[in-house]
Amino acid sequence: MSIFRLFASRPAAPVTAPIARERLQILLAHERGLRDEKPDLLMLLREEILAAVSRHVALDPDKVIVRMERGKHVSTLEVDVELPNGFERSVAVAS
Amino acid sequence: MAKVLVVTSGKGGVGKTTSTAAIGAALAQNGRKVAVIDFDVGLRNLDLVLGAERRVVFDLINVVQGIAKLPQALIRDKRLENLWLLPASQTRDKDALTEEGVGRVISEMRDNFDWILCDSPAGIERGALLAMRFADEAIIVTNPEVSSVRDSDRIIGMLDAKTAKAERGEQVAKHILISRFDRARAARGEMLGIEDVLEILAIPLLGIIPESQDVLRASNVGSPVTLNSPASAPARAYADATRRLLGETIPMTVPSDRKGLMNLLRGRRAA
Repeated sequence: MSIFRLFASRPAAPVTAPIARERLQILLAHERGLRDEKPDLLMLLREEILAAVSRHVALDPDKVIVRMERGKHVSTLEVDVELPNGFERSVAVAS
Repeated sequence: MAKVLVVTSGKGGVGKTTSTAAIGAALAQNGRKVAVIDFDVGLRNLDLVLGAERRVVFDLINVVQGIAKLPQALIRDKRLENLWLLPASQTRDKDALTEEGVGRVISEMRDNFDWILCDSPAGIERGALLAMRFADEAIIVTNPEVSSVRDSDRIIGMLDAKTAKAERGEQVAKHILISRFDRARAARGEMLGIEDVLEILAIPLLGIIPESQDVLRASNVGSPVTLNSPASAPARAYADATRRLLGETIPMTVPSDRKGLMNLLRGRRAA
């Protein structure tokens, strides 16, 4: 082994701290968003939508689904209400 | 009237119990009357780290249930006359701890101590919530490592939402204590740096405890590191952090074990 090898620096370990930092920043931005949101917002929306629709159409409460999708730029609220067959036409065309 | 300080982290193994013992002892060394309470029911260890494991007769749950009076359960440290320990129960069901009971014990203690340190169990369950419930201040012990930082963030959210102070619309004063820090690895970019952790968590820094063999040596013999080897790097870091807690302004440094040139040349084995 050459004497110079003694003084040569060890092969540098990969610099991974910036990766850790970036991963944490992205993750925590997301998790804080979930935390700050009112925990029962979706439940509340679901109840109120169910109540509003139920005033006009008999509904199976289990067939009302409210879902929130969080995107980077926009978030969407998806409301899926399944109506029973054979309810009044006049309700269906009202807009 | 005591200040109630919770030492918490979310993640286990980051140094909550070590830090509670070291800061509790350092506060007592500064002339304050201090009680440290172990909230880790079933996995108590603060007694062991403080070298009081053979003197435990009654515990927190006994006091909560009225089986023992507070003065019967408090264990006075043999080295520091200002330091007292209220141990956790090792055998009882942890559901025996109630919010009302813990509140009663802490308010009884508030009149008799300057500081009450609550050593939180890991996790975010009942025990951790009870440990933080009545806190005025909080130390969040964080290692410069992704899972620890994430869990600290979660705990910070809980301190802002689930403490009695938060529910009164006030704020628990929060401090970050970075432990197991390795300056050389951070400088090489192998470990999150202090600035990284502080920027992510956005909480003021109380101190930086370097990774050190002295911490293990102190727990081996059941003595807080601030007492067992006061000149060591971690002990000086804890002493500085404690004085900051008491309101002093002390420049933030990472104490290091001064090594002679010969030691450095002899290489890492000497460390």
